[in-house]
Amino acid sequence: MFRKRPPPEEERRVRANDREYNEKFQYASNCIMTSKYNIITFLPVNLFEQFQEVANTYFLFLLILQLIPQISSLSWFTTIVPLVLVLSITAVKDATDDYFRHKSDNQVNNRQSQVLIGGILQKEKWMNVRVGDIIKLENNQFVAADLLLLSSSEPHGLCYIETAELDGETNMKVRQSLSVTSELGDPNNLAQFDGEVVCEPPNNKLDRFCGTLYWKDCKYPLSNQNMLLRGCVLRNTESCYGLVIFAGPDTKLMQNSGRTKFKRTSIDRLMNTLVLWIFGFLVCMGVILALGNAVWEKEVGALFQSFLPWDPPVDNFLFSAFLSFWSYVIILNTVVPISLYVSVEVIRLGHSYFINWDRRMFCSRSNTAAEARTTTLNEELGQVEYIFSDKTGTLTQNIMTFNKCSINGHAYGEVMNILGAQQKRVQPLDFSAWNPLADRDFCFYDQSLLEAVMVGEPAVHEFFRVLSLCHTVMSEEKSEGELVYKAQSPDEGALVTAARNFGFVFRSRTPGTVTTQELGKAVTYTLLAILDFNNIRKRMSVIVKNPEGRIRLYCKGADTVLFERLHSCNHDLMNITSDHLNEYAGDGLRTLAVAYRDLSEEQWEEWSERFRGADKATDCRDDRLAAAYEEIEQDMMLLGATAIEDKLQEGVPETIAILSLANIKIWVLTGDKQETAVNIGYSCKMLTDDMTEIFIVNGHTVQSVREELRKARERMLESTRTRDGGKEAEAQGWGGACAFGNGCGGGAAANWMPDESKCPPPQAPPSSILESISGEFALIISGHSLAHALEADMEREFLETACACRAVICCRVTPLQKALVVELVKRHKKAVTLAIGDGANDVSMIKTAHIGVGISGQEGIQAVLASDYSFSQFRFLQRLLLVHGRWSYLRMCRFLCYFFYKNFAFTMVHFWFGFFCGFSAQTVYDQYFITLYNIVYTSLPVLAMGIFDQDVPEQRSLEYPKLYEPGQLNLLFNKREFFICIAQGIYTSVVLFFIPYGVLSHATQSNGVPLADYQTFAVTTATALVIVVSVQIALDTGYWTAINHFFIWGSLGTYFTILFAMHSSILFNIFPKQFHFLGSAHNTLGQPVVWLTIALATVICIAPVLAFRFLKLDLKPQLSDTVRYTQLVLQKKRKPAGRAGRGVGGTGVASGSTLGRLGRGGSRRSGYAFAHQEGFGELITSGKNMRLSSLALATFASRHSSSWIDTLRRKKHANSTSAQNTPPTGEDSTASSQAPPFSTSSSAADEAGQPCNEPVLAHSPDDIALSVIRCPEREVGECSTGNVQEAPFVWKGTGTRISGASSPGPPPIAEETSSGE
Amino acid sequence: MMASSYNAKDEDGHHPGSVGSGGPGAVKSKKPDNTAFKQQRLPAWQPILTAGTVLPAFFMIGLIFIPIGIGLLVTSNNIKEFEIDYTGVDMFSPCFNCSQSYSWNSTSACTCSVPFTLDQPFESNVFMYYGLSNFYQNHRRYVKSRDDSQLNGDKSSLLNPSKECEPYRTSEKKPIAPCGAIANSLFNDTLELFYIHPNGSKIGIHLVKTGIAWWTDKHVKFRNPGGNNNNLSIVFQETSKPVNWRKPVYELDSADPENNGFINEDFIVWMRTAALPTFRKLYRIIQKKKDNMTPTLPPGNYSLEVTYNYPVRSFDGRKRMILSTISWMGGKNPFLGIAYITVGSVCFFLGVVLLIIHHKYGNRNNNADIPN
Repeated sequence: MFRKRPPPEEERRVRANDREYNEKFQYASNCIMTSKYNIITFLPVNLFEQFQEVANTYFLFLLILQLIPQISSLSWFTTIVPLVLVLSITAVKDATDDYFRHKSDNQVNNRQSQVLIGGILQKEKWMNVRVGDIIKLENNQFVAADLLLLSSSEPHGLCYIETAELDGETNMKVRQSLSVTSELGDPNNLAQFDGEVVCEPPNNKLDRFCGTLYWKDCKYPLSNQNMLLRGCVLRNTESCYGLVIFAGPDTKLMQNSGRTKFKRTSIDRLMNTLVLWIFGFLVCMGVILALGNAVWEKEVGALFQSFLPWDPPVDNFLFSAFLSFWSYVIILNTVVPISLYVSVEVIRLGHSYFINWDRRMFCSRSNTAAEARTTTLNEELGQVEYIFSDKTGTLTQNIMTFNKCSINGHAYGEVMNILGAQQKRVQPLDFSAWNPLADRDFCFYDQSLLEAVMVGEPAVHEFFRVLSLCHTVMSEEKSEGELVYKAQSPDEGALVTAARNFGFVFRSRTPGTVTTQELGKAVTYTLLAILDFNNIRKRMSVIVKNPEGRIRLYCKGADTVLFERLHSCNHDLMNITSDHLNEYAGDGLRTLAVAYRDLSEEQWEEWSERFRGADKATDCRDDRLAAAYEEIEQDMMLLGATAIEDKLQEGVPETIAILSLANIKIWVLTGDKQETAVNIGYSCKMLTDDMTEIFIVNGHTVQSVREELRKARERMLESTRTRDGGKEAEAQGWGGACAFGNGCGGGAAANWMPDESKCPPPQAPPSSILESISGEFALIISGHSLAHALEADMEREFLETACACRAVICCRVTPLQKALVVELVKRHKKAVTLAIGDGANDVSMIKTAHIGVGISGQEGIQAVLASDYSFSQFRFLQRLLLVHGRWSYLRMCRFLCYFFYKNFAFTMVHFWFGFFCGFSAQTVYDQYFITLYNIVYTSLPVLAMGIFDQDVPEQRSLEYPKLYEPGQLNLLFNKREFFICIAQGIYTSVVLFFIPYGVLSHATQSNGVPLADYQTFAVTTATALVIVVSVQIALDTGYWTAINHFFIWGSLGTYFTILFAMHSSILFNIFPKQFHFLGSAHNTLGQPVVWLTIALATVICIAPVLAFRFLKLDLKPQLSDTVRYTQLVLQKKRKPAGRAGRGVGGTGVASGSTLGRLGRGGSRRSGYAFAHQEGFGELITSGKNMRLSSLALATFASRHSSSWIDTLRRKKHANSTSAQNTPPTGEDSTASSQAPPFSTSSSAADEAGQPCNEPVLAHSPDDIALSVIRCPEREVGECSTGNVQEAPFVWKGTGTRISGASSPGPPPIAEETSSGE
Repeated sequence: MMASSYNAKDEDGHHPGSVGSGGPGAVKSKKPDNTAFKQQRLPAWQPILTAGTVLPAFFMIGLIFIPIGIGLLVTSNNIKEFEIDYTGVDMFSPCFNCSQSYSWNSTSACTCSVPFTLDQPFESNVFMYYGLSNFYQNHRRYVKSRDDSQLNGDKSSLLNPSKECEPYRTSEKKPIAPCGAIANSLFNDTLELFYIHPNGSKIGIHLVKTGIAWWTDKHVKFRNPGGNNNNLSIVFQETSKPVNWRKPVYELDSADPENNGFINEDFIVWMRTAALPTFRKLYRIIQKKKDNMTPTLPPGNYSLEVTYNYPVRSFDGRKRMILSTISWMGGKNPFLGIAYITVGSVCFFLGVVLLIIHHKYGNRNNNADIPN
């Protein structure tokens, strides 16, 4: 049944709970299908696909030709057997692939979801979910379709999602339902819900949604804030209900994952072109021979009819010529034998296995080996010019660690300097002994900082106090001491965790308070204001009042911003800190400066007045708020600076360095913020402080983007010009800003031209300019600008600018944009692109690039499923490209060269023979020889070479990344090389025909019988051919393993064995008609003249090749030749030391910039809240998200009881407001550090806190107690907090990380006692 | 060739990927096996083209080829060969008349006598060939136009020849034996040689007509149908003679039953098709005199008596008669010797040129510095 394809949707109308109504529109169901075939369609579709392959159709055509007796110059089986073999192998492979796709589809389609049908929740498979259904999601479930959030278990209809699969960001996002729907609450009400949504048609914009909900005669606007997209995971939310708006293929996730394309390598494409050329060549040969036939038949054949009449249908020479044309097409078809395709597949399969087997690409931590999921792309790995990398999870582990800090001019964390360089591995400090709430995963090595805390240096204490107070982290304490921080950005998490381990534990917050435990004492600060972060401010502050009533502003932010706002007395400290910051920045750490300011009551009152005014303003609220913030963040006192390490994956900078030495350009495409991306760029040495300039394109309009790009180009040009004025002339030519990378024509150079229509040949002199430019610049472009830059009229401009830069970072890009960028480079640069990523947001990019690599071993496997290669560490990329890719390319090229050579040598003999046999399409060889030549006699040696050959050992290709270059420039197999091979093949065929011709036409056997009979001639030529091509492969093989020996000698042996067997009387007696070469081998090969002929032909064929190769090697050695030679010399000298000397280090020095100079320059990069969203501060102060911290409660307690607690809390609230600011005994002063941190529990401890206070832990504070809200002016929110239900779990864990009571707690008693010091 | 044996063992020890491999008893590790094959560390011989290997190779080839070439040339020059064209194209040639009146079916044989003189004595066995020019025995349709199983004595093929034989498969509704274009065009001139004694008498020279075909052809490939039945006329009763033939196959050599029918050696020789349009086929052997004192063919005047049956004028063909002696390497073949000398010299010369180039411009990368 063919369903009519509905016209493209204009708008989508969905009515909740009304399947009948929605069915009218024939929206796609939620069933996804990525498979291509089913059982019935498999055969026709697959055959159809296979015959789209030029070669297959060609062979089918030949087969048909061969069935015509007048034409058939070869037996039909010479073609059909290989063809059927090839088709069936491919079919089996396709079938297996598709089977796995079916399996994964089924798995996804059969996931369970709860659908509200007729007011009852029913389990349904994903694929049965329809548009308009209301489904229920539970915590940690994948969202099944694009949903409109209706209500959630959380207050205000909030729910939290993780969008890692969609855009790669791991921080949590908040979604909120409309207030009208969030009130619906339970399933019964929802079943009655009959609102209608009118919205935009399916599209791929992840961050946009616009629609309207019509319900009860009211209109409610909908935005992306109300949507849950397929692929997200629900987090920290007990459950929620959503209305399915887009399902299955219409979902944004599916719309964003590009089409599955069949990838071909450039060699494949070249091969197809060459096959077409060869076909053209074949036709030419056929025409020449057919013309010859016409002439011959007219001049000679017609007269010769008394001995050889024409076949019945032939009545004139023209017709005969016509038939002869086809006959020759059949005979000469062996120039492109079908075994070419089979052999190529076999070789690639072999290479894939080598990748799978590589121990050095095995990650023992995740127990995953590298996997070549596509077996057809290997040689392309040796030609990569552009790598597009995702950031999170690919370059980085997405783990932030607090690494170093500078407090009051004193640098901490630099273990090497303090303990001496010789002691490399220091034990991380043990915090747990001292601080029961310490996070065990936290590692810090510098003992002196801990000592400083213990000694009670005020600055150090204040420093950590800032870290524990000034943030927007939410805490969650499932059981006593078992704190889990929910940080929006991992940076903040790292800072708060650091403070926690150094004794300033952030425990809980309410909209109006922050409760910390400072060196064991619980302290509750009143949170007066959060001066939230945004990109312009680059800082955040909190204003808190401590229990004593002192008001302080704590601020952390980018140093540049902060330093301007310091009190003038900080000058010296600022200089010292600045030095430290430079140092940190040089190490690629993200830095933040930390400061405070004391405020008097009056100052605060005065300011808060203005602040309120600004806050309430309706127009320009943001500006006015910013101004208000600015006002108070002045005259601050600098405390110090932090340095956070965004942990890169192992070996990332080294890998990037090596890859860029190999002339591979790396672009980072990330959904993350600009600052984050730039920072990673620095820490993985993509960006360095040596760079002349880093261009940031951040425009929001077409004009501004264009302007910025233009400026960037001008700047580049300018600096190039100033640097070397000599090349000005060429630079002028570039004025129009057209750089054309290495792509055009595959030449080593770039072309500079005003427009693309006149593309001059490559190797233009200005290549050096591009080279010099590409060394020094970097481009950073944001998603908004990218959207404009990718438009048709600007894309070239963008591309040219970007390609002239050494590093390109695109941030805030959507998955589809990633694909578009890749596509752009792919299309215009004609360069091989590789995309590497780990998340679902990388899928489209992975699919688009020539080669997609998935990082496996992480959570999501979507990237891996879409990828061509997968492994678990970014650093394996260097091995994949430089070793496997390089070898694959080399082997494939050598294979192809040889393959075309041997077939031309084989086939063209027929052409020459044509002139002597009346152009009758008589073959030179026995038909069995023709059948077996490609399959048996010459296949294995070349396969062995194609699989095992190595020019230089693997570690050399890592040491000399330049060895990779021939692949990028496509030097080893291109049209020129092809013609050389062909020429060599034709030369060989000439020799192979004319030498026997010259010798045998007069020669006789030693018993007087002439040797010029057809069969002797055939055997002689065939033997000479086999020997010549064997000698040639022996020359080509650079790495003779036992297997190569076996195959080469074995092939020769097989040839002679089969030859004698075929010509034996035994076979003849059985099939006299088939084996009429009886005795030829014996008679021919017994003659010395024959052997002299063969030797002569071999020498004539090989000597020029040998001389040519020697000259090339001697006069213009390639790098690989030199490396190889050196290796040989070294081994002769047996000097192991010599090799070590020329390691990577040497290479780096030789090539200069990238590895050698480490940036210690000035560009410091603020690490503040990189993955941070603006507006969280507000969320906190409004108290909306406060129940986040009590999620644990929600999961344990029933809904009913928790709401009961809520009411209880509200009641308590009224009487505890006054008491909440009980002054803690120790104050925040330093003196108390020696004092045992004994419990000074805050106000409400007695109520809820009582049951959970273990007697043993009496000294340990219990601040899960209810803190009470005191939102500055507003209504009362809910309380965050501790609770009765948790009590039984409390004593177990002392303060570790992982949520859930199941986490193995350490022996609590011991811990606790020791913590008391 | 200079070569290095790459020892895999050197590289062991540093495996960046294998830090802390899953301890014993842990989850089954998927770590690939550490075999030389899987890790691509098979011991191997890695030949490199260096001056030390290539140049000597060229000199060696030169030094081997030149003497061989000289030897071959000398041997070839010692062989005596005499060739005479008796087609009769020329008005004055003795066979002109015969060549003009050509008909396959003429009953009266046309004979002509071609005189010639040998200047030098032919020693040892002398081989007599007939040569044809412009005759396309290697034409595809011609080559396949035979039935090997019929020629091998297969009864059913005898009566039902292969389709390949068309249009010489049946004649007058009877199968042709032997069928096909090759057999049909059997060379049927008869050549006889006479020594004209200085005193004027013609002495016939004995021509041996066996031993001219490949042993395998004579004894394996070609067999008369009906096994040892000597009465071939009965065996071939149901068949028809090839169209162009004057007499049926069983009368090719009525005198010698071992040389009659399909196993007639002239027939076998003809059936072994030539590779090139100009070819010669062994016709007769003149055995050396028993006394060893007088040459087989002393110098002097001879006469070639031709029974001229075979028409070649229509397609501009030529017919020749060749007399030749033989050495260990067969007949006269100056090409091979010259080729060897040439190739040897060229290789030697190339060796010298390469040596000079290597010394003058060669990249002496012995210092093992690698530019990167």
